[in-house]
Amino acid sequence: MSKIHKTLFEKIWEAHVVYEQKDQPSILYVDLHMIHEVTSPQAFEGLRLAKRKVRRPDLTIAVADHSIPTWIGRDSISDPIAKQQVETLSENCEEFGVQLYDMYHKNQGIVHVIGPDLGLTQPGKIIVCGDSHTSTNGAFGSFAMGIGTSEVEHVLATQTLRQFKPKTMNIHIKGSLPNGVTAKDLILGIIKNIGISGAVGHAIEYTGEAITNLSMEGRMTVCNMSIEAGGRAGMIAPDMKTIKYLEGKAFSPKGKDFEKAKNSWLNLKTDEDAVYDKKIIINSENFEPFVTWGTNPGMVAPITGKIPNPENSTDADEKISIEKALEYMGLKPDTKIEDIKIDRVFIGSCTNSRIEDLESAAKIVENKKVNSNVNAMVVPGSTLVKSIAEKKGLDKIFKDAGFEWREAGCSMCLGMNPDILQPQERCASTSNRNFEGRQGKGGRTHLVSPEMAAAAAIAGHFIDTREI
Amino acid sequence: MKAINKHTGKTVPLDRVNIDTDQIIPKQFLKRIERTGYGKYLFYDWRFNQDGSLNIEFILNKDKYKNASILLTGENFGSGSSREHAPWALNDYGFQIIIAPSFADIFYNNCFQNGILPIKLSKEKVKKLIGKSEKINDFTLNIDLESQRIWDTEEEISEYFEIEKFRKHCLQNGLDDIGLTLEKEKEIKIFESNRSNIGGIVKNN
Repeated sequence: MSKIHKTLFEKIWEAHVVYEQKDQPSILYVDLHMIHEVTSPQAFEGLRLAKRKVRRPDLTIAVADHSIPTWIGRDSISDPIAKQQVETLSENCEEFGVQLYDMYHKNQGIVHVIGPDLGLTQPGKIIVCGDSHTSTNGAFGSFAMGIGTSEVEHVLATQTLRQFKPKTMNIHIKGSLPNGVTAKDLILGIIKNIGISGAVGHAIEYTGEAITNLSMEGRMTVCNMSIEAGGRAGMIAPDMKTIKYLEGKAFSPKGKDFEKAKNSWLNLKTDEDAVYDKKIIINSENFEPFVTWGTNPGMVAPITGKIPNPENSTDADEKISIEKALEYMGLKPDTKIEDIKIDRVFIGSCTNSRIEDLESAAKIVENKKVNSNVNAMVVPGSTLVKSIAEKKGLDKIFKDAGFEWREAGCSMCLGMNPDILQPQERCASTSNRNFEGRQGKGGRTHLVSPEMAAAAAIAGHFIDTREI
Repeated sequence: MKAINKHTGKTVPLDRVNIDTDQIIPKQFLKRIERTGYGKYLFYDWRFNQDGSLNIEFILNKDKYKNASILLTGENFGSGSSREHAPWALNDYGFQIIIAPSFADIFYNNCFQNGILPIKLSKEKVKKLIGKSEKINDFTLNIDLESQRIWDTEEEISEYFEIEKFRKHCLQNGLDDIGLTLEKEKEIKIFESNRSNIGGIVKNN
């Protein structure tokens, strides 16, 4: 039965139910389906075998982002398997009539960056993609989630998705963010707090002054890593910042349609008396710039802190996890975070590769030089972000400091292209996962904000950006 | 999809929490466009040493656990990326049942699309099974999906597990989700005819 007072999530869910029956997953209509080369080939093959079509090519877009190289002027893919995968995406899009942004297209970029870039991401939509970081789009007040390849095929064939309704969860941030603490630190602090499975089975709605004070870019960073807390989705109610961001974007509604959409978007919020299944209040006033020290995104320490000592752990599983993580990371207990030296810096990924991220990092590196022991690179999130950054002269700032400046793509966030860490190399990375081998077999990843990554590139070790 | 009703098989204990999909199948194997043949890459960075030789220390490589079809593991199994290559690799390697205290959402969902039954039991119960699997050679479990029961040969262990009715029904009958949804074509059409297209069209031309 429908409730009287509803959460943002419940409102979007109910507006998309095509069919529901007790004890069965609901059939939900999908407003926007984004696909990429890695999780779609088997789905298209499934369609072909069953002689099915793409039901709504007009609600589907495809982009090449994961397996493509990022070197400037890229005009070929040297890895034959990656090349075949990217070509397969092109062939499938051609055959099924899906709009494709290949690596030469001006709209190309990381799938979760281009949705908002182009105004395809809008409040109230259900957005899916065969990629767990689809939650990024929830920053606009949409219900956006990652799905598997079988579900990609299901959406292609039916424009719907079968889903059991997740529970609702409110993460309310009390207080504002201290100076020098970024959206990335906020989400790392949240994950540190609730743990990497703290939101399993739930769609998160973030609220509070620290959230509404964030720019759209910052909100995207927070929603992006909802999955790192185990969340099915993350979302933030739309407000005037959302409207301003979307106005004039390529695929945003225009003229009267925009005014109409604007009014309905601004009404899209959780009712005052609505009840969430779970509510967590987190005080962000003690938050600092954070650095991950281990092999999952919940292993987080403040920049002024130390590597934990497994001997202090009372839980046996936790103790083993810390020991294993420190062994993999090549770190000793009780080491000061500031004393950790790094070899590589990666500024990029769907978490932190938007224009504001690049501007913040550029401010730190301006008129400075990358430490001689460090190899640093910047990979813009989209070709559009890259061109805006170049117009602002950010590329020059980075290059003058000794950073490599690249073409857009997922790059070293997951190393499916040639951008990988060598075994035992230690990287300050603005990406989202520090799992074993994530950035290259044996590679050691520390997740940080763009500012912290930039500062580490200059210093050669982690350093408190508040003291620069 | 292959149906599952009853299963009897050997167990292997992988006693670690938070095993993510990057460990289940590392990214270098996600470039293939096929749905099959991922078994040889399962847990690749753990099964093989840096030089490509077999890591004999890793539990899946021990003779005792050869041909196991039931994986016993820790909390939050399958966290991280949505890659369905993870259940493809597990299935192709020979796993049909995964028993853990909890699973990550997308992975859990993906299992059912591929005829793998993920079973949630309490942490204590999983620890007990892991202990037995470590001690006893060829520790075997029987699973009956209809009665939602799991037991060992001596019936020293007998547990019931929870599963959503719909998921159970689909697994038992090997049902294809798409086929089921397309039976609701009328409802989809009605929804579409009432749906606004403002801001929805994604094509330039």
